[in-house]
Formats: sequence, structure tokens, C-alpha cells
Amino acid sequence: MTETFERPPFLLAKADAFITWAQKNSLWPFGSGLACCAIEMIATAAARYDIARFGMELFRASPRQADLFIVAGTVTNKMAPVLRRLWDQMPDPKWCLAMGNCAVCGGPFPSYSVLQGVDKIIPVDVYVAGCPPTPQGLIHGLMVLQEKIARSHPTKEILDPDARDRR
Amino acid sequence: MAFNEIELNMGPQHPSTHGVLRLKLAVDNEVVVRVEPVLGYLHRGMEKLWESLTYVQVVPLTDRLDYLASLSNNLAYVLTVEKLAGIEVPRRARYIRIVLAELQRLASHLAWAGFMANDIGAMSVLLYGFEAREEILDLFEAYCGARLTVHGIRIGGVVQDLDAALVSRIRTVLSRIPKRLADIRALLDENRIWKERTVGIGPITAADAIDLGLTGPALRASGVAWDMRKDVPYSSYDEIDFEVPLGRNGDCYDRYLVRLEEICQSIRIVGQALDGLPEGEHMAKVPRALRIPPAEAYHAIEAPKGVLGFTIRSNGTDKPERVKMRSPSFVNLQSLEHMCVGCLFPDVVGILGSLDIVLGEIDK
Amino acid sequence: MPETGAERPELLQALAALSGRVPAGLLEGAVEDGELRVRLGNEALIPALRLLKDEHGFSFFEDMAVFDNLGQAGEGGRRFTVVYRLYMFPGARRARLAVDVGEEESLPSAVPVYRAADWAEREAFDMFGVRFDGHPGLRRIYMPDDFEGHPLRKDFPLAGRTGGV
Repeated sequence: MTETFERPPFLLAKADAFITWAQKNSLWPFGSGLACCAIEMIATAAARYDIARFGMELFRASPRQADLFIVAGTVTNKMAPVLRRLWDQMPDPKWCLAMGNCAVCGGPFPSYSVLQGVDKIIPVDVYVAGCPPTPQGLIHGLMVLQEKIARSHPTKEILDPDARDRR
Repeated sequence: MAFNEIELNMGPQHPSTHGVLRLKLAVDNEVVVRVEPVLGYLHRGMEKLWESLTYVQVVPLTDRLDYLASLSNNLAYVLTVEKLAGIEVPRRARYIRIVLAELQRLASHLAWAGFMANDIGAMSVLLYGFEAREEILDLFEAYCGARLTVHGIRIGGVVQDLDAALVSRIRTVLSRIPKRLADIRALLDENRIWKERTVGIGPITAADAIDLGLTGPALRASGVAWDMRKDVPYSSYDEIDFEVPLGRNGDCYDRYLVRLEEICQSIRIVGQALDGLPEGEHMAKVPRALRIPPAEAYHAIEAPKGVLGFTIRSNGTDKPERVKMRSPSFVNLQSLEHMCVGCLFPDVVGILGSLDIVLGEIDK
Repeated sequence: MPETGAERPELLQALAALSGRVPAGLLEGAVEDGELRVRLGNEALIPALRLLKDEHGFSFFEDMAVFDNLGQAGEGGRRFTVVYRLYMFPGARRARLAVDVGEEESLPSAVPVYRAADWAEREAFDMFGVRFDGHPGLRRIYMPDDFEGHPLRKDFPLAGRTGGV
């Protein structure tokens, strides 16, 4: 069943708008703080840059309670299966933000033990470059993610479960 | 494993392990019997990578070791290269290095205070500590453009001179830190819950600490007065007057007090360095392509986490033959088992917090 | 600035004691740049460490570094040179002990003398493949247990080998 409509019917569009508004304003990050970027992620959550104004102050320790996987730091080959398992444990809908050059593409470490980018194991929605990205950069990335969420059609995924994989 | 022991796995993804550290714990009811740290989840192959880069290119990568105190890593590395190559650093540059290194120590200890308090449950202190740290990071950003991975200390000197505007800005920030420190101390020092969670927890005697290789504030909390800035002074620290705070019992509470007192001493050091800032160059004349004839050198500094040393062997080219880093957190973590055995399971988090480790430095 | 032995009499005493305790194993010895530098044979390592720790105040095991001499002449012709750095506290003196070990050989473990050597020896084993007899549990520390190869050896490529973990 591959019925794709250019513009969804009015009621579904309204439902979409409401659902995406709720989702993007209450993202609960699962802060996978691996290395230096984790410190800037924490600084973004601290008092000055205050990620709480976006609704994201609730950093969950358990992936089962989170919906935004922020990969902050270098992903090593030893850590990769752990991250994949954590991603699988997150319930839908979920998004992934690769923070920092190491998560984006391996960063300054082209060595035998570093995975050259977390998108090799996890589908990434937003890439935030920087080494480390400043808190302003991370917030910009989060806002871009919010815009991406606003453009999505969750009702289509409810009606057509296969659409989720084609997102 | 005995009949009533349970094996617990803490990490590598855990909010309180200060990074990707995995601890395999064996507990008997709530009492810890064995702690085995499993490392390598952040092993990035730095030492191998450095062998393929020039001496100058290595400096930014050293930032990523102890990422809470990147200037200290820079300082240790460039001092070793300068010793190896025989480069004489101008006096003004040495004083600026003192200012930068001590500001970095302030930032590192403020972040540590926030993390340790957050782990034990006092979440407000995390916000207080980070807000105080933000002001120092603003100074670094004004100095050379980077907040966290600064590499402002380069081979031969420092990247930029300190002008009068920046000096007065540093003094303003320094004048505000004692108030923030007083806020943190008012919340924690005589707090009954804090004292129950830290006094008498994770003690280590001076003899055990020395034998296990413990360095830094954790060692000084056991009463051992070893501070590299006093013992083997580098970068003109012998011209500065400061004290080295010592503890008595070597428990978590003493480690906490020692670091807070070090914050006060760092403020004192920066003030003196700014007052006595000599005229001169901020960078020595270093050849663009630095080739060092075959030799070997070792130099160690007092980083916020402990004794940080680099062994560098050169081979006549512009790339080092071998760079070995003596990581304070790597060696300090060895004492974790000694401190944890016999304590309650929740105290492991407090002890780990009081040790102040950074995984970037442990795993290299 | 280089400091001669004349300014470090306690280091000269330590050197003299070493040559008395392990005459055959002390291959080279001098006091240079303010530190005691010796090259030892394999069997002289532990007696030398014990002597320096118990009788000459080198209470601190500061660092251990391994060098891969592949492709270079000298250093006794063996593949690896292991350098131990000791620190005298209080007193602020350093000692550098170098021991050569081949690929198929092993060194005695320094853990019975200095507990701080534990993880340093595991790291040397993991990164270079140097074995230490008597270590309480010699196994890899950074790489996964089933990893093949020793990354810091000169013949191991930076980007690793495919098929590795």
C-alpha cells in the first residue's frame, strides 16, 4: 500500500500539526555523552543556555523514556554495539542528533578504534558539526530538528506503518 | 563468587560514571566486594595518531585528552617538546601560561564540584558550578576563540598576548568567583546529608595512595604534600607564592575540601601573575618546520586531576617517534577498588565523583 | 639545565648501591640532567626496583613507557625497550630504568614492588604485546579481549586491519 498524497486531508493535517507541535516542544533527550561534546551538551542544559526553554531539560538516563538520542562525542568500535542496543531500546517515535565532528564523521581521529561517524550504525536526523559545537550551535541543531519534526506526518505513519521506514 | 554475591554492571552508558566507563561490581547485599573497571570505550588511538602528525599538529589533539582542562594538557605536551628541542620560552609567555593554566584549573574544579554534587543528589550545585565556569569559558573565548578545546598554549609560548582589556576582564571574573564559591560551600560544607555521604567514605591512607600511584588533590587529601608546581617548578611557578592545601583523612569529604581550597589558591596565583606580568614576547622564535634530533625527554606538570606527564622520543624528523602520556586519571582509577571495597553500593558513585576522573584521559 | 652528579649525591649513592647489588645486570648507569639513568638486564629489574624503593626513597612509580625499536639498530637488538620512571618523594628526584625485551621474551612483573604498575603493564601488553610474568591478571585493557594485533607496534597500520573489531 503506497498511497502517498501530496497534501493530506484537512483533519489529518490538523492532527499532524497538533502532534508535531507536541512532539517538538517536549523532546526528552537521552544524552549519550561520550566525550568532550558531552560537556558542551551539559553546558547547554545548564543555566546560561537553558535548554529547558525548548522543553528539553529532562535528560533521561534510560533510553526507554527518551525520544531524542544525542550522540555527543567519539564513537569507538568497542562502544558501537552498545549505542546500537541503546537506540533499539528507544521506543518510536525517535530521532537522532549527531553532535560534534566525531559523531558526524569520526572527527580528528582516523584511527583503528574509532567508528567514522555514528550514521554507520544509527540513522541520523540532524548533524551538528563542530569540535565541540558551541551551545549556540547545538541549540541551532535542535531547532533544525524541531523544524524537521514540524514537517513530518505522524498520522501517515499511524495509518501506514511501512511509511515509518521510508521517513 | 560467593553464594550471596550479585554481579552488577554499571555503564558504559550511565549518568554518573563521568563518561563511558564500565564498572563490574560484585556486591554482597549492599556491600561492595569487588570493583573491576573495564576501559577502552573511548580509546581513540591517540598515541598512534600522534606518531603520524608533526609536533605542532599534535597540540590540538592533546586538548581532547582531559577535555575539562584542555590547556593543562597543552602545557604538559609543549613543555616536553620545548625540553626536547631546547626551546627557551620568554618570561612573559611563562606568566601568561600560569594565568591560563590556573584559570583552567578553576574551570575544571568548578565543573568537578558540579558533577560530584549532582551525582550525590545536590543538583543545584551543578548549575552554580557551571554558571561560574561559563564566565571563565567566556574569557577563553575572548582570548583565542575557543571555549572548551582551547589549545592556546603552543610550542614556544602562547597563541596571543594578553592586552590590558583582557587583563582587567580576568580580574573582574576573579573577583566574582569567591562569592560563587561561598554559595556552593554554604550549600554543602555543613550540610548533614552531604557529610553523611562523604565523611569517612572511601578512605585511603597516605602509604596506600603513594603505592597505588595516586596523585593530585586525591593524594593531597590523604596528607601527602606533593604538588609538582612546588616540587619541580615549571613555567616560573617558583616565582609565585601560594599554598598547597592538604587533607587529613583521605576520605571523600577531604578530597572535596582540598579542591575547593585549591580554587582559592588558584585565584591568588592568577592575581599575582597578572600583577607581576613582565614585558616581553609572548612566543619564542620557533622554526616553522620543527625538526628535533634523536633524543628522549619527560616532563610532568600538576594538572587539575593529578600529575600529567609526557614522554617524547624524537627521531630527527618533524614527527615524533613515540609520545607516551602519563595520564593522572588512568593511574588514579586504579585506587578505586581499594577505596570502594567494604563500602555500600551507592557510595561507589560518591567515591568516583571525588576521584575526579576524565575518560578522555584514561582511554587516550 | 643539565645537572651533574656532583649536585645529586643521593643519586650517585643509589647508582653505587645498584652496581653493588646487581653488578652483572647493570649494563649502563649515569646521573644526567638531574636524574639517575640506568639500563638493566631482564633479571636485574626487580632487584633494582626493590633496592631503589626500599633503601633509596624512590617511593613513587611515576610512569612506564614502551618503545618499539622495529627497524632501528641499537638498544641491544631486542624489539622493545621498556622504560620505568620512578620518583623520589619527598626529595623530587627521578630515576629512569630501561630494560630491553624481545618479542618472544617476557619481563618480570613490577606489581609485587609497586602496585601502581598494574594497569601500566596491562597497557603495555595490550598495545605492544609485552608479557609480564607474575602479573595478577595480565589481559587487555583498552581493546576488546578478542582483538587481534597490538596497535602501537610500528607494523600495525593506523587505520587498523579489516576484520579486526
